[in-house]
Amino acid sequence: MWDGGLVMVDSTVTRAQLSEAVYNEVGLSRNESADLVESVLNEVGAALTRGEAVKISSFGSFSVRQKGERIGRNPKTGDEVPILPRKVLVFRPSHILKNRINQSLTGSP
Amino acid sequence: MTKSELIMRLAEANPHLYQRDVERIVSTIFEEISNALENGDRVEVRGFGSFSIKRRDARAGRNPRTGDAVTVSEKCVPYFKTGKQLRERLNPSS
Repeated sequence: MWDGGLVMVDSTVTRAQLSEAVYNEVGLSRNESADLVESVLNEVGAALTRGEAVKISSFGSFSVRQKGERIGRNPKTGDEVPILPRKVLVFRPSHILKNRINQSLTGSP
Repeated sequence: MTKSELIMRLAEANPHLYQRDVERIVSTIFEEISNALENGDRVEVRGFGSFSIKRRDARAGRNPRTGDAVTVSEKCVPYFKTGKQLRERLNPSS
């Protein structure tokens, strides 16, 4: 029945699905599986915070890039505002992942 | 840090687990993310970041070496957006 479009198929994968996948794969409790997903994310985050790049073979690599200060503009008012130097995280997908995605979604490598 | 270094660190922090289980845990997580992207789904891990697919239209490109015109067909690329909490961890002062 039409319900105003509020209900849609939610196909977003979240922590819950990652924990469930670990739970199904390894003989651990659901709680422990969730904790381990958290530990993995924390270790990756900690390495990046230390300034290390994180390379996961056949998936991709995460690295931290230092950005210099530049002048930005408030798009609403047009005012010039300095954008302070900051660190940004970049993800570079591996060729394997890119090829898998393209084969499946566009039918070409 | 490589995947094997990540596994080593986790194995040290979890001495009650077999190393091969730690390996499977790490592989499962990245495999699950890859599978979702392969299906065109989004992956959202609050505090860490989200992965999504961006579609790039077909375009006319050029071979940079020869200057020949080539057509680049439509493609999909995975995209990662850093989560707020991780962004703040990288920039503690701001």
